[in-house]
This record gives sequence, structure tokens and C-alpha cells, in this order.
Amino acid sequence: MLSFVSRRLLATLAVLLVASFVVYMLTAYSGDPLEDLRTQNDPASVAKRATLTEKLDLGTPPFFRYFKWLGSAASCVIGQCNLGISVTRGDEPVAHALGNAMQSTLSLVLLATVLSILLGVAIGMTTALRQYSGYDYTVTFAAFIFYSLPIFWVAVLLKEFGAIRFNEFLGNPSIPWWIALLIGIGLAFVIQAIVGGHLRLRLRTAGISLVLTTAILILLDITQWFRSPSIGIVGVAILAIGLGALMLFVTSNLTKRTFQLSVGATVVAVIALWYPLQFLWFYFNNPLAIPVVAIIIAGIGVLAGFFLGGDDRTEAMRVAGITGALATTTLVLDQMIMRWGEYVQLIPLRSGVISTIGANTPTLANNPDTWLRMLDSSTHLILPTAALMIISIAGYTRYTRSSLLEVLNQDYVRTARAKGLPEATVIMRHAFRNTLIPIATIVAFDFGGVIGGAIITERVFAWQGMGALFNQGLYHVDVNLVMGVFLVTGVAAVFFNILADLAYSALDPRIRITES
Amino acid sequence: MARNKSTPPRTEQLALSELTIEQRQIEGLSLSTLVRRRFFQHKAAVTSMIILGIIIVLAFTSVGTIIGGSGRLAADTTSGQIILDGMRITGWWPFDWYHNYPITTVGGVPSWEHPFGQDTLGKDIFARVMRGIQQSLTVVALIGSIATALGVVIGAISGFFRGWLDSLLMRMTDVIIIIPGLILGAVLGRTIGGNAISLGLLLGLVSWTGLARLVRGEFLALREREFVDAARVAGASNARIIFQHILPNSIGIIVVNATLLMSAAILTETALSFLGFGITAPDISLGQIISQYNEAFKTRPWLFWWPGLFIVVVALCINFIGDGLRDAFDPRQRRMPKLSSLSRQFRELTGGGRS
Repeated sequence: MLSFVSRRLLATLAVLLVASFVVYMLTAYSGDPLEDLRTQNDPASVAKRATLTEKLDLGTPPFFRYFKWLGSAASCVIGQCNLGISVTRGDEPVAHALGNAMQSTLSLVLLATVLSILLGVAIGMTTALRQYSGYDYTVTFAAFIFYSLPIFWVAVLLKEFGAIRFNEFLGNPSIPWWIALLIGIGLAFVIQAIVGGHLRLRLRTAGISLVLTTAILILLDITQWFRSPSIGIVGVAILAIGLGALMLFVTSNLTKRTFQLSVGATVVAVIALWYPLQFLWFYFNNPLAIPVVAIIIAGIGVLAGFFLGGDDRTEAMRVAGITGALATTTLVLDQMIMRWGEYVQLIPLRSGVISTIGANTPTLANNPDTWLRMLDSSTHLILPTAALMIISIAGYTRYTRSSLLEVLNQDYVRTARAKGLPEATVIMRHAFRNTLIPIATIVAFDFGGVIGGAIITERVFAWQGMGALFNQGLYHVDVNLVMGVFLVTGVAAVFFNILADLAYSALDPRIRITES
Repeated sequence: MARNKSTPPRTEQLALSELTIEQRQIEGLSLSTLVRRRFFQHKAAVTSMIILGIIIVLAFTSVGTIIGGSGRLAADTTSGQIILDGMRITGWWPFDWYHNYPITTVGGVPSWEHPFGQDTLGKDIFARVMRGIQQSLTVVALIGSIATALGVVIGAISGFFRGWLDSLLMRMTDVIIIIPGLILGAVLGRTIGGNAISLGLLLGLVSWTGLARLVRGEFLALREREFVDAARVAGASNARIIFQHILPNSIGIIVVNATLLMSAAILTETALSFLGFGITAPDISLGQIISQYNEAFKTRPWLFWWPGLFIVVVALCINFIGDGLRDAFDPRQRRMPKLSSLSRQFRELTGGGRS
């Protein structure tokens, strides 16, 4: 195993070296960094050209310049990165520019990737379970369309219809009863298609969801929720209970008393902590509060699992702990929404609540209130995240569908059914876990690509991430900048590639890493 | 499948009923017949093929095309008119993609004369979109053919000969995978001037990596099979084994992935052109049109809708054709037949009346 990893590392290091050489030469020969200055008639431009030539060491042929660059880049191994300076960014050190860009890219692409994996796997599973149904065909067709969408086109459409129209709605939020009814009917139709079953069951599902959706929408409209949204303790309670139920369902423990008790105790703890935590959020106004609270609540969950878990102690501890950690998000969400009214007052009048440009509102970037800043970045994240998700959900849906169908044909699934296990247990415990094996490798792959950023999305939404940096470097023939981005993306790709191989052999014991 | 009235002898009937429905369907047919038949059963794929055919014919006949030359605009030295470098073949559409025409409607709103509208300079959007489709499809076809040929050859050599040659080729593949395509596009756009042919050639030279890996895997598996041993014992040369014995057996994976490669190619080309690294003005591609009219979405939405719509339709068609081919080559992934036709086949098989 160790020899496998070291061998792979050596081989990929060689690959990286060759690739970096090719990229360096290609970028260096792709244009003239002095072109702007050459066309100017300004007498000072000659002097500027001379200084720039010296700064970029243009006198040396690119072939030798590459080795100079490599020599200073090698210092990264000992922890002091010197990747040169970026002339187009006002002589900013490339390592510094990369640090900022990476942060912004990760917040954008990481969220989109995680959400698309979760949603894509969920949709893919439902389509596989309802194979050859109208729902399956619809989703398959939709996936094909999403595959075929150019992201720059989607992004512009989202800007127009997602943001501008939605902002108009938020400016004067009222839902007429007939629109509430229409939304209800649409949702009811979708839900009954997913749940499936006989006609009576379908009708009942559709009826319940229709009444519930319409009632909730009308209630929200009457109470003017969209004008001044809030979650409060009631919202937190509803969300936390829903989350607990979902966790129980996903781990197929919905009917087990011990699990109900431990997860239930965790949920109760979250609700009980809502009030005392208000003080913590207020006085300890720092993003660090989130992991601290998450750990505390997860600890409560683990304790609940320990005392109430009975025979399934280990698993109950795990399920309740994860539920607790995830439930922290509802508390954070509550804090963010609480500042809605204040936020609407603070943002510039012309731009709507859902922003189409940049990563944050410049005037709010240094606001002392953490939760307000988080709300601000969330409203900026919504659109680019949606654009990225639309494109990548389709792929995960298809992978999960075919993977689950393959697993469902296996003998052990038949055995599980034959010994009388409930279908939910067969799916969630026997089939689902094995479905995830091939998906895990794809996920590892995609995370390797995450750091490269989304060049087109960043461009359309004016987001200053890795993609934008790369774009800028290419446009102005800024070799150092391009090489910096390439180095980070290349190393990430290689690292996650190896990780994918290792994960595959760890998850599936039938696959062995061979020494050849 | 006309059945004669006299019932077959009992033994024959038994043997018949032991054949599954699928076996009955494919009895005594060659692979190509089977594939063709299954493909034509896939309604979405056949529809897509027809639509794609119509789009191709429409794009190339309507505004005509231009052969050879750089495709750049230039002023004719004698008449002073704007002409294009290269041999121009005119089509049946009265307008072309590089002249400014008088704006006939307010703001260039689509009309009978200009069905897709006009831009602020009076250029006819229908002609521009058609030219864009031509360019994008040229790039796709070039990428598809070059990448497929390279991928098959490199994958086959790698998988068949193994050893140091395999290691070398696969490391080379790794190098190419890791280099961002944008850099190649940028280099090209600056040096050669970014027309469809050069872009297609260059992207084709770097898009073969995925296919090469798949073909290699297929060859690694197939070369251990008995029929390859048999061929070798019979004295077949390496070339004969590769081209006559192994390649036909991996044709499914090649065809399917070549199609998928092409559907990715159109998105790559449009994205590159959108960023300004692919086909650049004054030449046109679908992505370049969208990039050019990006800001005009609110005031002149037709400048934005039509090119995007055609990208989606072309990509969708290629994807569906790929899906149809996959179903045709891989019977395991076949769609379930309709229940009515199943029971009809069952009745036919069992001689009717016994159901």
C-alpha cells in the first residue's frame, strides 16, 4: 500500500513537471505582455517597457525562465512559497493572490458541489426505485436537457429570471390565492409521482400535499412572512424535528425505539438551547461560534445515544451526533434571517436582495456583525450556486440511477428481501451503501476539480476566484499568475486522483491495489 | 412472422418456448443488423437524428458557406465593398452574416423579413446564427473525428502491447489531461487567429484522452480472450489481431463515446468562444454571438435566445443519438418493452390461447 502510494506519487510528480513545462511555454508564447505599451505613443512608454522587461526577465528565453521559475516554486516544499509577482495585479505576489482567490472559489464551488451531490443522489435514487415510470422518464429527459445546456447561457437567464424577477417579487411580496393553489397542484403532482403506488395511495398523497402546500403558502402570505421573514423558535423546532426524522429515515431506523429516543433527545436539546444561544451568538459574534456550537450539540447527541441507545449504542451515538451537528445549521439560519429587515435597509437601493454580481456588498464587507455578513454572502451565493448546480445535478442523477439499478439486481438484495426485511431497510441499508461506492470515486474526482473554480460562472457573476485569476493571467500573458493557478489545480487534481483510488479499494474490498 | 395454422410437433413447441423473448428477437441476425434495428426502435434517437439533419441542411444551404481563405473581412480594392477572404458560395437566404442592412423594424424586432431580428448595426441574426451553427458543427465534426481516431489508435497500442509503451503513452495521456484546454485555446486564438478549422484541429489533438483510456481498458480485457489466442495460434499478425479481431469487438464502446465526445465538444467550443479564446470576431460561432450580445439581453432578447436555443438543440440531439447507440450496442441497458407488446409476443410464442 505504502509502496503503491509512493510509486503513484513519483509518477504523478513527473507528469506534473512535464505538464507545467508545457503550460509555461504555451503561455509564454501565447502573446506579448508588452503589447499594450508598444501601441502607445506616450514617450514614457519606452521607459515603462524597459522596467517591465526587466521585471519579467523577458531578456531570458522562456525555456530558461521556466527553470528559474521552477527553482523558486520548489521553495513551496519547505513552506515558503515564492511564485513570483503578478504584474497585471499591481505586483501582487502570486501566492497572496492565490490565497484570496482560493477562499472565494471554495465558498462558491464547494457549496454547489456538495448540494448537487446530495440532491443528485436523492433524485437518482428515486428515479431508480420508480424505474420506467412517468417520473423516471421525465427526470431522464430533464437530465439530458441539463447536460446540453451551456452554462453561460443558463447563468444569464438565471440573472434575468431568477434574480431580477424574484427581487421584484420581494419588493412587493404577495401571493394571490390562485397562485398558491397552482404551486400546490404542481408540487402535489410531483410528490405523488415520486411516492408512487396504487391510484388510491397516489390520490391521497396528492391530496395531502396539495392542502398542506397551499395552506402554508396562504398562511405565509397572510402573516406577511415574505416581507419580514423569520424562523424563530417555532421554525427551528420544525426544521430540527424534520431533520431528525430525515436522519432516522436515511439510516433506516425510523421504527426503532432506541434511535427515536436518542435522536429525539438531541432535537429537544437543540430547541431548548435556542434561547440561551441567543446570548452566545450576540456576544461571541464570530464565525468560530458555529463549529463550537456544532461540537457541543453533537456532543449532546453522542451522550444521548450513549445513555438511550441500548443495544445499538454505537450506531445511535453516531446518528444522534450527526443530527446534532447538522441541526446547528438551523440555528445559524435563524440568526441570519433575523437580520433580514436590517439587511434590506443597508444594501444599496438599486440592487435587489438577490444579488447578481460579486461575492459581497462592498459597503458591508467590514461590517462587525458576522451574521449580517453571512446573510450578505448567502444572497450573493444563491445565483452562481444555482447555475453550477443545474449543470452538475444531471450527472449525479444519472450515475446514481444506474448504480442503484445495478445493485438492486444483485443476489444479496434478493436475499435481504427474501428473509422478509422491510423494503425501506433493504434499500437504505443493503442497496444504498453499495450504490455509493462508484459514486464516491466520481465525487473525489470532482472535488479535485473544485479548486480550479468555475471559469465561466465566475466571469458571468463577476466573482473573483481562481477561474477569474486564470482568465486574467491568460488575457494579459501574465505567466506567473497562470502558473500559480495551474500549480494549485494540478496538485489538487493529482491528490484527489490518488485519493479516489484509495477510497475505491477501501470501500470495496473486492478491489485490491496491486503492486504492479 | 406469419404462423401456419398447423401446430408444430410437441418437441419443437417445447424447444420454442424455452427460447426467451429476447433470444427469439435476435435469432440468426448479424451484429450490425441487430444494432441498426435496436437503434431505430429508439424513438428519441431517431427523432434527434432527423432534427440534426434538418439543422445541418438548413445551416449550410441558407446562407451558403465559404471555402478556403482566412474568412476575414476585407475591403475589395476595385469596388470598395466588404468581401470575405475565400471562395464564397451563396445560399437561398437573401442576407449574409457580415453586412449591415437597414433596420426595418423599431429596434430590430423580429419581422417577416428578418425572422430572428436584427442587431443595433442592422446585421441579420438569422444569417449570423446559421453561420454560427456551421462553424460550431465544423469544430464538432473535426474534434469528433480526430479525437476518435487518435484515441482508438493510442488506446489500442497501449492496451495491446502493454509494457513500457503502455506506461509511456498513459503518462502522456495524464500530461494532456492536466493541461487546461483554455490555455490551448488562448494560444491558438492569438497566434493563428481562431477560425473553426484550426480550433477544431487543435482541440481534436487534445480531446482523445478519455476515449484512449476506455479503449485501452477494453483491449486489456479482450486480448486475454480465447479467440485472440486462437487467432495467434493460426498465425495472425499483430495488426490483423488488432484490426480484425479485437477492434470489431470494441466498436460499441468507441461509437458511443465518440458521440458523447462530440456533444461535449459543442459545449467546449461555445464556452471557449464565449470567453473570447475560441473563434473570435469577425468570425462567428454560437458562443461568440452570445458573448457579443450578452449585455443586450434586456433590450433585445432575440439576440440572445436564438443562438442559445440552437446550442441546446444540437447538444441535445447528439446526446440522444449517443443514448440510442448505447442502448443499441448494450442490450442490458435496453428500455423495457411496452407491456402490450410483451404479452403479444408471449401469445405468439406460446401459440396463442394459452395465456
